[in-house]
Amino acid sequence: MSAADLAGRPGLLARLTPGPAVRRLLRNRAFVAGLLLFGTVAILALLAPWISPTDPNRMAVRFRFREPSWDFPFGTDNLGRNMVSRVLWGGRLSLEIGLWVVMLNAVFGVVLGAAAGYFRRLDGPLMRIADALMAFPAVLLAIGIAAALGPSVATVVIALSVVYVPRTARVLRASVMVVREQDYVQAARAAGAGDGRILFRHILPNCMAPLIVQLSFVFAYAILSEAVLSFLGLGAAPTTPSWGILIAEGRSYIREAAWLTVVPGVAIATTVLGLNLLGDGLRDVLDPRLKVDA
Amino acid sequence: MSARAPLSPNPSPPGGEGSALDAASPPPAGGRDRERGSTATTPPLLEVRGLTKHFPIRAGAIVEREVARVRAVDDVSFTVARGETLGLVGESGCGKSTTGRLVLRLIEPTAGTILFDGEDVTGLEGAALRRLRRSMQIVFQDPYGALNPRMTVEEIVVEPLVVQGGTTRADMGREARRLMDLVGLPAAHVTRHPHEFSGGQRQRIGIARAIACRPRFVVCDEAVSALDVSVQAQIVNLLQDLQKELGLSYLFIAHDLAVVRHISDRVAVMYLGNLVEVADKRTLYTAPRHPYPQALLAAVPVAHPRLRRTRPRLTGEVPSPLDPPPGCRFHRRCSLAEDVCRTEVPALRDLAPGHAVACHFAERTGGPPPAAA
Repeated sequence: MSAADLAGRPGLLARLTPGPAVRRLLRNRAFVAGLLLFGTVAILALLAPWISPTDPNRMAVRFRFREPSWDFPFGTDNLGRNMVSRVLWGGRLSLEIGLWVVMLNAVFGVVLGAAAGYFRRLDGPLMRIADALMAFPAVLLAIGIAAALGPSVATVVIALSVVYVPRTARVLRASVMVVREQDYVQAARAAGAGDGRILFRHILPNCMAPLIVQLSFVFAYAILSEAVLSFLGLGAAPTTPSWGILIAEGRSYIREAAWLTVVPGVAIATTVLGLNLLGDGLRDVLDPRLKVDA
Repeated sequence: MSARAPLSPNPSPPGGEGSALDAASPPPAGGRDRERGSTATTPPLLEVRGLTKHFPIRAGAIVEREVARVRAVDDVSFTVARGETLGLVGESGCGKSTTGRLVLRLIEPTAGTILFDGEDVTGLEGAALRRLRRSMQIVFQDPYGALNPRMTVEEIVVEPLVVQGGTTRADMGREARRLMDLVGLPAAHVTRHPHEFSGGQRQRIGIARAIACRPRFVVCDEAVSALDVSVQAQIVNLLQDLQKELGLSYLFIAHDLAVVRHISDRVAVMYLGNLVEVADKRTLYTAPRHPYPQALLAAVPVAHPRLRRTRPRLTGEVPSPLDPPPGCRFHRRCSLAEDVCRTEVPALRDLAPGHAVACHFAERTGGPPPAAA
């Protein structure tokens, strides 16, 4: 594929999202509900530096363990830190980790899945490795990797990527194998097109729907798993509040100050529910046959 | 491999080339010189010798081993002359499409030789194979699966030119509109996507793509089988017009005997991976000598109740190509079968010039043509 060939084409986005699909999406209730839930959370987290009332780590011993009230809608923790700020900032970190995992899945899941689905010789070895990784319970594998690498944000991202990339690669491999047999792929080969052109021009653009659906689920599971890892002390450094860390910190006071665990818990639940609804809606509209089991 | 003219870039210039090629290859009716036997003087455009494709069936979790093989195409030989249409008929699964794809080098043969314009193209690779692809193209059966739904019609029809190189971007837009015009579609529709067209229109787009790089040989793989009868006729006529205009040769794969009769000059009948009879159209439809085409023609419904069939109908199922019967592959369904048919494979042999039959008893099977013919 030459550079001249790449220039002057309709934009990639225009090619991936045809008009009718978007309109059908907006008529899908699950998608719209998911978009509203997740969109609200994402916007609030994004705006955290401007809308949070205080620094998330600012302590005020006078205001320890305040119940939710007009002044402190989500209460305060054992050091008097405002939970509104902490949840907003925690959302930033949780979503950031989720986004990293999604991006790594998009890159490695697509590369490995396309390689396995398109080149028959790579299929066996790659899928056996994927089988081995998928034989571990997802969270257990993540715990093992995170424990081995030591707690940090990068550790969490790597651990969760190792867990979810094989699953994404599987989904992509399956759709590549279907599209590979289409007549238009044969036609391209008959015209003399090479593997690169066939993959990037014919196969991958027609595998986008299941990939997008899969990535929306990976996002949800990544946020959930990040909370689990943080709760177990394998997540980011405790001074950086992610939702999982907030729950872990609040655990000690769960009888006296339940809001410390309930509020971040509800935030996680809302986000994951939103993303799952979003994914369900995407699946119904883009790819009704696909059932994802991440 | 020598740098033969036909495989050099742009083998056939546009415009008046069609008529020149027509003159070079006489019209079907009087075309005696492309029958078998006289091929020594001018090589046929396509010659296939002993073409064989066995698909291995593999099993085993870690170390795969071959447990069986599907004998999809077994020792098939035929020729296609310049400007000629060879019809290839047979039941589903008999290896017709595999043969077409083997000829185009879309799948690799297990054995056999493919000669295109006198040159052995069986082992071509890389740039040489890409150059060959310019001369040989394919039209598919399913007009819905044959066009990439993410591409515009212009991108689809000029793709062969893009891949082959040598055409500027400005020329491509012009080419796309010219091709649309050739296949009878509004040139303005090049910016649309495939889903905006009907099945027949999509098939025209597929044909436009096939002729984009001015090929000389086109495999029509069940090209009209998926279409309504009225649309079928239009597409067949379009294919015939293009053949005249561009001097094309066709390998026309189909299971519809009437369509094949309409478009073909000669017809080859395939059964379970073997060619059983090859003859010019008139001979094959009026006096077939192999029991299989005889039975096929007898199976065509007759319009008049008094025109009773005189030939036996086909009974039983096509055996599996995984385990074809020994000897003649047709013997289990053949009314003439004797002991020799169970043990000895009948060779495809010339009964008369241009009429080859693979049957031990081809001399005996004459007689009145089937009523349906």
